[in-house]
Amino acid sequence: MRPSRPSRAAVLGIAAATLLTGCVGAKDSGPAADPDANADAKNVTLVISANDIKGGKNAAEAAWIEDTVIPAFVEQQKAKGVTADVTFNGAGVEDEQYKTKLELNLRTGSGSDVFAADGIWLGELAAAGYVQPLDDVVGEAAAGWDGWSQISESVQQNMSFKGERYGIPNGTDGRVLYLNKTLLEKAGLPADWQPTSWEDVLTAGRALKKLDGVTPIQINAGVPMGEATTAQGFLPLLAGTGSPLYDEAAGTWQGATPGVTDVLGFYRTVYGEGLGDPRMQQDKAGRDQSFAEFAEGRIGILAEGDYFWRSVICPSEDDCGATSMPDRDEVVGWAKIPAKTPGAGVDGQDFVSVSGGAGWMISPKTQYPQQAWELMAFMASAEMQTALSEAQIRISARNDVNAETLADDPLLSFISEEVLPITTYRPSDEKYNEVSLAIQQATADVVGGAAPDEAARTYQRSLEKAVGADRVAGG
Amino acid sequence: MPTASPAAEPRPGTDARPPDVGAPAPARTARQDQDVAGLGRGRALGFVAPALVVIGIFLVFPAIWTIYLGLLDYSLSGSGAKEPVFVGLGNYVEALGDPGFHRSLYLTLLYVGGSAVIGQNILGFLLAWYLRSAHRFVRPALTILVLLAWILPGSVVAFLWQALLDRRAGTLNAILDTSGQAWVLDHPMLVIVIFNIWRGAAFSMLLYSAALNTVPRSHLEVARMSGARGWQQLRDVVLPTVKRHVLTNTLLITLWTFNDFSPYLLTGGGPNGASEILPVYIYREAIIGGDLGYGSAISLLLLLANLVIAVFYLRVLRTKKEDAA
Repeated sequence: MRPSRPSRAAVLGIAAATLLTGCVGAKDSGPAADPDANADAKNVTLVISANDIKGGKNAAEAAWIEDTVIPAFVEQQKAKGVTADVTFNGAGVEDEQYKTKLELNLRTGSGSDVFAADGIWLGELAAAGYVQPLDDVVGEAAAGWDGWSQISESVQQNMSFKGERYGIPNGTDGRVLYLNKTLLEKAGLPADWQPTSWEDVLTAGRALKKLDGVTPIQINAGVPMGEATTAQGFLPLLAGTGSPLYDEAAGTWQGATPGVTDVLGFYRTVYGEGLGDPRMQQDKAGRDQSFAEFAEGRIGILAEGDYFWRSVICPSEDDCGATSMPDRDEVVGWAKIPAKTPGAGVDGQDFVSVSGGAGWMISPKTQYPQQAWELMAFMASAEMQTALSEAQIRISARNDVNAETLADDPLLSFISEEVLPITTYRPSDEKYNEVSLAIQQATADVVGGAAPDEAARTYQRSLEKAVGADRVAGG
Repeated sequence: MPTASPAAEPRPGTDARPPDVGAPAPARTARQDQDVAGLGRGRALGFVAPALVVIGIFLVFPAIWTIYLGLLDYSLSGSGAKEPVFVGLGNYVEALGDPGFHRSLYLTLLYVGGSAVIGQNILGFLLAWYLRSAHRFVRPALTILVLLAWILPGSVVAFLWQALLDRRAGTLNAILDTSGQAWVLDHPMLVIVIFNIWRGAAFSMLLYSAALNTVPRSHLEVARMSGARGWQQLRDVVLPTVKRHVLTNTLLITLWTFNDFSPYLLTGGGPNGASEILPVYIYREAIIGGDLGYGSAISLLLLLANLVIAVFYLRVLRTKKEDAA
């Protein structure tokens, strides 16, 4: 007699499960490929990818890669008798989507040889085995690179994990409050306004609220804003309450501590009193809307990184598109982000900020490790970095380049002189992005009307789920 | 053969056959009856094999793979990508206790019920009913309009709807003179339900148009002569005839809508999860959150829900068939 249908299904299922067990993971944990593989090749194919695209996101950097870096590199290789075929694989999407695509590419080994990545992703990528230390993939050429001496220790940390370098930093940044001086003046505030406490910010917001058609304050919140919520909103505020999100020494994250509750309380005041536009935090394209409204002169105070200054509201319409502000230099002012009260910030500081930075990493599965490294080092050379800074001013990872290029830009020299010394960096722990998601959700909850301590408790629960209850402090 | 006939009752045919002809055993006769094409088991298998292989690779294997992944603490990045840990039913227990999952399931039922079972069904039927007697210029024009909503690519349609519903410069606000009304944020479920009714009504319309053609004109005429009005004709003549079409249509659109991801293009699941139907929830957990194991577990739950729906409809269909027989 033939076996009945259910028992046949069970046998099939067990057979399949046995076959599949052990198929997931483990396959990419082997040693790095030979650093010297194809080192003498005469024909080299390399692909660069970044979240840049001509005519769209980070257009200036895309143009720099396609029109400056690649032709110059090909020329340089030609002089050595090597035919290099370098292509650029651009994208212009949300950072979270770029990250997902990057991870899927690295997972299948079909990714680019050299790719741009944010420093905060490194912990996750390295723990997954998607990237490996430069010493393993490239070897001596990377360790002995002359550019390292030009990159400060804290910036190098952005591209390092557990004491090993994984890539070359491209630049760094800092967060400030951007001010619309015209609106501030109308609201009766001085042109060189510098708040020294959260209360000052709220008072200014209440004054701005009296103006017609103006959103007083934009502090990023909610899930659609993604990392911009955490880095531009929550973390600078949290740094202003005295302790960082992650305690490196103890290895614990802040749960529902008084500091976290205070920050959520500040959000509640801003969005509950109508000092900010809750809708913009909930909308799928909220961040772009906030950019557009600021450019139209309808937002008084906005917290963002220097990216906003150079890539969103720059005067050139070619680089910044619809959000460019031809009168930026006259209308837009800036101020340091104050601690909750003077002296209440991390290390007893009066003002705080958050920094990060992206850089170039190499795929461990590249066919041409030495040539890919040469390309990375070429992109990080003083000549190429100067070209990029000239195309679009920014804080380069290289001190020699900054010394030459930053003087012309008042905001970026302000950030490099006044903000970088007091800034804080985000943890490179592999759980950071999950924690960041929990933070975004907590801000979304208070913007949606939840009480701060209630949102803090929910946040604590998500945090415990993400990192384990023993690694959560307070609450 | 649904019900066993009483053993005593003689089957027509079996008794009538003269016993002396019977070289083939009764069992063999039965088998030959099944094998109408006369291929034999081996050759028949040969014909079916390619299809079975394709189904195995693209349907059965991924389903089993999903079950397997759902038992792991498997993630897109981090150490869970390198060495996933076996967590047994942990992911399922977590999902069943997760308020986010409950809300998502509830929203999915609302979405499927509102946009497919009620919305597309009724609108599709009304369109088909109206088109039968519509003016000869109206009919093709309307058909093309409705079909267009169905055949345009999802991304294009989403872009059009964003332009329609935009808070600051949207067409709808311009027409209704309701400047600043954030439709997508204030009524996210209503927006995606209406969107899906608009998008999917074409299929129901086509199916019902075909079904309505099967209603014999003579029946309608008899009804009319007996004094039945429009609604009575519909209820007593048309609906009983197309009942099975209704069921088939509902089954298909229910399953499609259950797995529909396009609301994500309109609302992104927001605001704050207010329109996060199951496929969007899975996407957010598995791809954005990187929690592939948990995502697989919920996918399997979604698969089971699909199965339950399909089995339910098929059972109802079968009863209908027996009623008809």
